[in-house]
Amino acid sequence: MLHVKSICMTSAIALSLGLGLAGEAAAKVEGDTIILGSAISLTGKYSTNGIHAQNGYELSVKRINETGGVKVGGKTYKLKVVYYDDESTPARGAQLAERLIQQDGVKFMLGPYSSGLTKAIAPVTEKYKIPMVEAEGASRSLFTQGYKYLFAVLSTSEQYLASSISLAGQIAEKNGRKASDVTIAMAFENDPFSQDVRAGVMDDAKKLGMKIVIDDKLPRDLSDMSATLTKVKAVKPDLLVVSGHSKGAATATRQLKEMRIDTPIVAMTHCEAAQVTAKFEGASEGLLCPTQWAESLSYRGQYFGSAADYDKLFKQTYEGYKSVPYQAAQASAAVLVWKDALERANSFDTAKVRDALAATEMETFYGNIKFSAAGNNIAKPMVLRQIQGGKYRVVAPAEWASEEVVFPRNPKY
Amino acid sequence: MWDNISLLIIAPLLNIQLLLDGVLIGAIFALAAYGLALVWGVTNVKNLAQGDLVIMGGYVAYVFTTLGIHPILALPVAFVLMFGFGWLIYRLIISHVIDRDLFTSLLATFGLALVIQQLLNLIFGPDVKIAESGFDILFLFGGQVTLAEIKLVSLILAGLLATAIVIFMKTSRMGQAIRATAQNPRAAKIMGIDTDQVYAFTFAMNSAICGAAGVLISMIWVIQPFFGTSYSIRSFVIVTAAGLGNLPGVIIAGLGLGAAEQFSGFVIGAEFQQATVVGLLVAVLIFRQLQMRRHRRVVA
Repeated sequence: MLHVKSICMTSAIALSLGLGLAGEAAAKVEGDTIILGSAISLTGKYSTNGIHAQNGYELSVKRINETGGVKVGGKTYKLKVVYYDDESTPARGAQLAERLIQQDGVKFMLGPYSSGLTKAIAPVTEKYKIPMVEAEGASRSLFTQGYKYLFAVLSTSEQYLASSISLAGQIAEKNGRKASDVTIAMAFENDPFSQDVRAGVMDDAKKLGMKIVIDDKLPRDLSDMSATLTKVKAVKPDLLVVSGHSKGAATATRQLKEMRIDTPIVAMTHCEAAQVTAKFEGASEGLLCPTQWAESLSYRGQYFGSAADYDKLFKQTYEGYKSVPYQAAQASAAVLVWKDALERANSFDTAKVRDALAATEMETFYGNIKFSAAGNNIAKPMVLRQIQGGKYRVVAPAEWASEEVVFPRNPKY
Repeated sequence: MWDNISLLIIAPLLNIQLLLDGVLIGAIFALAAYGLALVWGVTNVKNLAQGDLVIMGGYVAYVFTTLGIHPILALPVAFVLMFGFGWLIYRLIISHVIDRDLFTSLLATFGLALVIQQLLNLIFGPDVKIAESGFDILFLFGGQVTLAEIKLVSLILAGLLATAIVIFMKTSRMGQAIRATAQNPRAAKIMGIDTDQVYAFTFAMNSAICGAAGVLISMIWVIQPFFGTSYSIRSFVIVTAAGLGNLPGVIIAGLGLGAAEQFSGFVIGAEFQQATVVGLLVAVLIFRQLQMRRHRRVVA
């Protein structure tokens, strides 16, 4: 009989993670190269999206360098980004930001991936008065701290599902009802992101005078929503909004089907991550899903052309992408903002560059970019896509919509 | 909260919906809890990785769906695979802590839970997975109450599995040895029973039962690497309420817990569904404590 009583445990192996990736110390501008710095998640739990963001940064850098570079003070410069891997941990991110600024002398920063990492790094860049253009931190709390050197190209998280409220109002009015007659059922996870989303929904619902009939919080380890959905079935709201990351989207879609919920408008976040179109073909029909960006939008800009052109170029440049994640698109947009601001500042003085950033007003393939005093982008709306025939179609806001919204939703249960 | 209660009174069919959803899922909780009771009773190890073994079984079903095989066929496969895994874990870890104090075995199985979670996260990623059964939905009371057929099928399968295990425990040589060891390990040893082998078999069987429960869970709910803990807690609540070696008690407690979760989710909100489980555990412990105090007084 196998009986190993004494197993010699090998002692712990100390793993020292070498950081000497960047070799030479980079200054803000070296010869004809402007150095941007970024701590980004290349390993750890955010690595998938961290790498998407890095690919986005790199594609934009390549494009700018190929099409004439950045002109400052009558001289043409190339762009280069110095990356460090923050291992998806905020403490590491903050350390690396210090390192980029203090040791490597970087004066222009690109953001990390996720709100959490951005929250960790922003105080550092703020302390050294180093401007940072970030593309991956959506939390509304980033823009209530009074930061002067933080600029974000993406829409903040409270906007994620807010547009579904105004859409429901418009639909009600079209059908001869008042917007204030609309009843809303909400199920949001009790985490910072979903509660931001909830705050946005609440604000808009209040503005339009809509009535919230169900307001459930979902647990972190959510795997069953049937109690909430039983309530939905009983009170028959006009609109159901759900936000609980991919587990929320998967659970909701499955149980909507199981319980034959016929709420005419259903909006939820993370449809893509939960792969609802593939896993619940039919049941996912007509769901409204918010996104920062989609290749089918009619946005255009100077460097990449249209959103569709960007999509094509990205797929050509990076193998293995069936669709371009918005995380990559917004990262590319952040680099474009840097080029634009450096040229307008016509200087490498960080104070002047910051002021130029604050005055940004540009049209890009990713959408329009204009920063509020708090630093978030107020010119680009969150778009709402509806699943129609198993495909994501932009249905709101109206000026960017490619398709009419299907109302009531027509799931094939 | 009062709105929700009045809703239940106005529309009594909602009660039936909640009861059905709760009881049917409760049957699967009972299955996992029975495994825990078995290990607890025989080896005196309180297995904190119970729920993680359940989730592992769920991933077997998920792998089946990715291969284009119906997840229900994963049931026997998960049973056998998890039996092997359980045996291995017993030999590697449990056998070394089985004679130690309670704290050591708790720490060891807690560590095991963490390792399983992280390994699943590495292999399958943190997104939720499902194993779609493709079964239809039943409409009761003119469509007012819906019931996914997979839940009924799961109930039947769970019932069959439990029956098979009971018959095995009653009639087979190994089953008798397990029961003998549970009653008195020293006496069993003297009678020539290889108790170490019995322990290994018991742990492996528990793991197999969990695996089967996981397959059923993955077809009804969703699975994710870190969801195991909630199943561990549920198992503990059920076993604590029912007591060891009390199969009917485990079944009733399991079904009751399932229903209690649904009703609390409906009445006080989904975020308290889990809190209800833990709250019930506390209530059961207090009740047991009082019961024992009364008992002690009688004895004295």
